[in-house]
Amino acid sequence: MGKWEDNKAWFLVLPVFVLVAISAIIPLMTVVNYSVQDIFGPGERYFVGIEWFEEMLANKRLHDALWRQFLFSGLVLLIEIPLGVLIALAMPKRGWGVSVSLVLLALPLLIPWNVIGTIWIIFTRPDIGLLGVAINGLGVEFDHTAAPLDAWITVMLMEVWHWTPLVALLAYAGLRAIPEAYFQAARIDGASPWAVFRYIQLPKMRGVLTIAVLLRFMDSFLIYAEPFVLTGGGPGNSTTFLSIYLVKLSTAMDVGPAAAFSIIYFLIILLFSWLFYQALQNVGTGDRQ
Amino acid sequence: MSLEWMAWTLPTAIFFATIAALLIAMTVWQASAPSIERRGLLPIATTPGDRLFLGLLGSAYIHLAWIGLFDLSLWWALVISAVYMIALMRWG
Repeated sequence: MGKWEDNKAWFLVLPVFVLVAISAIIPLMTVVNYSVQDIFGPGERYFVGIEWFEEMLANKRLHDALWRQFLFSGLVLLIEIPLGVLIALAMPKRGWGVSVSLVLLALPLLIPWNVIGTIWIIFTRPDIGLLGVAINGLGVEFDHTAAPLDAWITVMLMEVWHWTPLVALLAYAGLRAIPEAYFQAARIDGASPWAVFRYIQLPKMRGVLTIAVLLRFMDSFLIYAEPFVLTGGGPGNSTTFLSIYLVKLSTAMDVGPAAAFSIIYFLIILLFSWLFYQALQNVGTGDRQ
Repeated sequence: MSLEWMAWTLPTAIFFATIAALLIAMTVWQASAPSIERRGLLPIATTPGDRLFLGLLGSAYIHLAWIGLFDLSLWWALVISAVYMIALMRWG
């Protein structure tokens, strides 16, 4: 008891606490306050109870955006994790190739997110873009501003190009950390490349891959800038993900419904963060079982 | 400093005051009788703080589900949440 009270470390945490209070807790409280009121302007607001929550939970556009978001994040994981592992396996293990491939992989990660959207707009334009012209030249009509499927393919391509390097870098770090003795033992036993991957490399990458899944899920679930710049959520609403829809709502001055939506969004994120946090906590302990 | 921009209402003020009171009570409790992690009905070892978090998060989902699925008074959701919270703190 006395030790707890004497602990001066609490004072050192105070600045962070004040910062978090101003930047996160107070705004969050305000959002909760907004979510139960109809606000017309400063001083002009009316308590409406749970009306916005009822409206948002029954809102078909929100349901659509939510399913779209889960589909998007699911596809992101399904493509980027195996692809990232494949790239990591194919990367050189020593020599000058290591530095070259590391720099090449890091490049997409260094570009600002809204610039990435702009790059892909130009890259996929059917009249002047390299990819757009090439695909249309093959006789396939491709226009991400007109066809929902083309928009999805473009957003997925952009996302995979942008973030698979992160998975590859993590997987590569995991692979490099495996002691050479494992591979020597496998060679002596005459293990096939698949057996080496399945029983040595994959289990040893478990930790970094869990982190990769976590990061990619959370980031793709919150994605805003790149698809907003590329498609603006269109054509129609076909690439309107949760955050894009949220911004559309709040810029239309529907602050009440937008606040209710934010709280639902926040609760989904909170649940998944907690689940992933638990998974991460168990990463180290799972190996020993 | 005017707090008008925060648009406070009595129900939300009570809501946050309750959460703040719970946090303060839990902190005092932890300081006076330090707890350890234990395994209950949940598949993971939890401290009382973990169970409080799960209780609050679960209560939020119970309320959302109630609003989305039923047309009955929200007080029922509060009663269910309170029962869930107490059960989780005791046996979770």
